[in-house]
Amino acid sequence: MTDKVLMKGNEALAEAAIMAGCRHYFGYPITPQTEVAAYLAKRMPKIGGTFLQAESEIAAINMVYGVAAAGLRVLTSSSSPGIALKSEGLSYLAGADLPAVIINVQRGGPGLGGIQPSQSDYFQATKAGGHGDFRMIVLAPNSVQEMADLTVKAFDLADQYRMTAMILADGTMGQMMEPVSLNYGEPKKIEKPWAVTGTKCLRKHNVVNSLFLVPDELEQFNFARYERYKQIEENEVMYEEYMMDDAEICIVAFGIAARVSKNAISEARKQGIKVGMIRPITLWPFPKAPMLKAADKVKEFICVEMSMGQMIEDVELAVRCKKPVTLCNRVGGMIPSPEQVLASIVEASKKGE
Amino acid sequence: MFDTKQVLFAGFGGQGILFSGKFLAYKGLISDKQVSWLPSYGPEMRGGTASCSVIISNEPVGSPIVSTPNILIAMNLPSLDKYEPTVEKGGIVIVDSTLIERKVNRDDVTVYYVPATQMASDNGIPTLANMIIMGKLLSVLGEYDEESIMATLGKVISARHKDMLDLNLKALKLGMEA
Repeated sequence: MTDKVLMKGNEALAEAAIMAGCRHYFGYPITPQTEVAAYLAKRMPKIGGTFLQAESEIAAINMVYGVAAAGLRVLTSSSSPGIALKSEGLSYLAGADLPAVIINVQRGGPGLGGIQPSQSDYFQATKAGGHGDFRMIVLAPNSVQEMADLTVKAFDLADQYRMTAMILADGTMGQMMEPVSLNYGEPKKIEKPWAVTGTKCLRKHNVVNSLFLVPDELEQFNFARYERYKQIEENEVMYEEYMMDDAEICIVAFGIAARVSKNAISEARKQGIKVGMIRPITLWPFPKAPMLKAADKVKEFICVEMSMGQMIEDVELAVRCKKPVTLCNRVGGMIPSPEQVLASIVEASKKGE
Repeated sequence: MFDTKQVLFAGFGGQGILFSGKFLAYKGLISDKQVSWLPSYGPEMRGGTASCSVIISNEPVGSPIVSTPNILIAMNLPSLDKYEPTVEKGGIVIVDSTLIERKVNRDDVTVYYVPATQMASDNGIPTLANMIIMGKLLSVLGEYDEESIMATLGKVISARHKDMLDLNLKALKLGMEA
């Protein structure tokens, strides 16, 4: 027997946050992420941490801003409509260059939508987290183990680059249980000389702020921020290549859609169809290079996602329209079946015969 | 019996559907298998239907969603009506025949009728019909061994409910002999 335990994705993620040194959580309940809050409500008081159920998502994200400004690791979690409420705060965090980790366990939308799994916040997470020019690091787990591992990674990246990192999960990832092993050692310590911790009259005071009324100055801050983003694009891209060596068709999928696609790929391979997958683990920075490389080998890309076609735009840009990119999707809380993905693969394999 | 067990537990909220699933998944984990457990979640759980997908395999689990089960546990009529047609040919169906009066229509699956709810109430363990069915399933699969059962119960029953351990064992045994 292994040292693994069965945990829900939401719980594994919450425990991983604690292991990453996070002692402050602010949130507001919403399905399907409530177990994150429930778990931390139990754990935080026992380890001297803060669990606070705020009066709203907006209050919670502003409490996150406060703790982040004090230089401590801090977490908030919500699901789609709740993340929309946080977007003002996300922009303020970006404008003040504050590190924080945000969890979105997505559900179907728009509006209040439903409570079943979805991936339709891709645009929101990767392109429009809030107003103004900014990016968030966006990590997309596809197992309970990755829910935990990527949460630890998110804290490290957020601190390292002084920005928000988001875990973009979905209802399935949050609710499912899988064996997980949580061994991370001591949390990474990253110096934060900019934090507002009290000067004790020993140094000039620090200011954390996102208001810059002199355009020159604000422009320079934006330039500096985008220099940092460039480094992230160079150094932090993560993806998994699956059966791509001889692939003639390339699936692009993340999260639960990638899990379903693996089943379809096994079936298609049994039928002799050479199909593989590139699974982005970072949605921003997007793994453009491996896709562009694959565009020289494969004849078609199939984007499998639980939205009306959001990531597909990034795939088309990444492959510079060298090869056709088709969409295989379900929305509104529905999950594509392996049979549906297989049908798309079979159709692609017959083209040009 | 099956290379990959694709199990669907279905019934109504309160019957211990999710607990059964967790038990089987943990038993798989203890036996060094790859496992996943996925519940239905949402308003339907309050008094309505509850279900959970469990996959136990030697290979890494792809999709955790069981859409064509090779093992179906049906603990109420709406669940049998809904999922009977989805069972893989050659699969196993276990029915709580106290709560489901009709027979299974399919002739390409193996069906076991266990009056689990009645048995549970006759034996003073009215909340453990789910584990009586589990005992039957383990015996059908040839996986009823007390050592791994005890180890699994130790994992799924929390410390403050330790008194339930013997009762669960009793239920499993009743099911195994049924």
